[in-house]
Amino acid sequence: MKEGYKLIYQKPKTLREKRMHYCPGCFHATTHKLMMEVVEELGIQEKIIGVCPVGCSVFAYDYMDVDMQEAAHGRAAAVATGIKRMHPDKIVFSYQGDGDLAAIGIAETIHACNRGENFTFIFINNGIYGMTGGQMAPTTLEGQKTTTSPYGRDPKKAGLPLKMCEIVSQFDSVAYVERVSCNTPANARKAKRAIKKAFEYQMQGLGSTFIEVASNCPSGWKCTPEESLEWLKEKAFPYFPLGVFKKPEEV
Amino acid sequence: MPAKGYVEISVEGCKGCGLCVINCPTDCLALKTSETNSYGLHYAYMTDEDNCIACQNCAVICPDAAITVYKKAS
Ligand SMILES: Cc1ncc(C[n+]2csc(CCOP(=O)(O)OP(=O)(O)O)c2C)c(N)n1
Ligand code: SF4
Ligand code: SF4
Ligand code: SF4
Ligand SMILES: [Mg+2]
Repeated sequence: MKEGYKLIYQKPKTLREKRMHYCPGCFHATTHKLMMEVVEELGIQEKIIGVCPVGCSVFAYDYMDVDMQEAAHGRAAAVATGIKRMHPDKIVFSYQGDGDLAAIGIAETIHACNRGENFTFIFINNGIYGMTGGQMAPTTLEGQKTTTSPYGRDPKKAGLPLKMCEIVSQFDSVAYVERVSCNTPANARKAKRAIKKAFEYQMQGLGSTFIEVASNCPSGWKCTPEESLEWLKEKAFPYFPLGVFKKPEEV
Repeated sequence: MPAKGYVEISVEGCKGCGLCVINCPTDCLALKTSETNSYGLHYAYMTDEDNCIACQNCAVICPDAAITVYKKAS
């Protein structure tokens, strides 16, 4: 450090040194970083347990330096339910892609929310199956081209994209629902605050907490990281608006 | 007067996504397009340290936590 200066930001210690395998510009990495900053700030590294999905973030346990358990594709909410019920004093989160949470795992998602399981969903909605080469997801936008919708998603055949925040906020048992993004520094700061609030509400035992990250997949979308930010702003946010869908009454 | 700072960017940790470059309000970052790190990726570097206001925007947006920010002690 140069003389006369002080350190004001560095990589959180709760994020391992290991290089993340994510493509350049991928919000999976941004979200991992923000989550681990929250863990560091709240001092909960020894008290938090995460559940990894199948998808690009299948190796999240290699990067987040907290206890983690791998789940079969779509089953993260069920596994998180089991962990939280056995360890009610721990903070538990599932970390899931849109294929994982909203396609193969939608039954687990809906029922865990309806039961008000007291853990936090971190839902990475990039509108595509990133890991397997860019197939259509339940959240792929109308007209969006993927390898399995080469002419664009046709709602007549595939329905309209699922709005998970809007769906899960209907349950009385769900305490907090917010959709965030990491497309600008301001939004990334908001995303971090939302993750922090979700963990805090969980610690108060208020019910399920659900954070959706309107995310990107430059590789699957076949664009540059910068273009992926444009796509989010122009195409994704009008359909998936950012904001708080539900929060506990007393706050 | 705005704060004064500088950043250090890990050459090996940077993936050259360019998100810090387009989010720096004072345009003091760029991608080194003439060189690559050991992964074959261009990396970001500080072009104009005098303009850095220690806002941390680059560090917040960097997916790979490759940026460390320092601020002049007042
Ligand atoms: C039971 C089962 N069915 C299908 C697959 C194949 N598969 C692996 S990842 C994936 C979807 C990944 O998409 P998403 O959950 O959106 O994660 P992303 O990679 O986009 O972050 C699928 C279908 C699998 N591994 N297991
Ligand atoms: S394929 Fe998409 S979701 Fe997966 S790491 Fe690359 S950019 Fe991220
Ligand atoms: S701290 Fe702010 S001004 Fe300095 S390089 Fe980063 S984005 Fe630019
Ligand atoms: S945001 Fe991070 S990874 Fe991307 S170019 Fe800047 S320093 Fe490199
Ligand atoms: Mg996905």
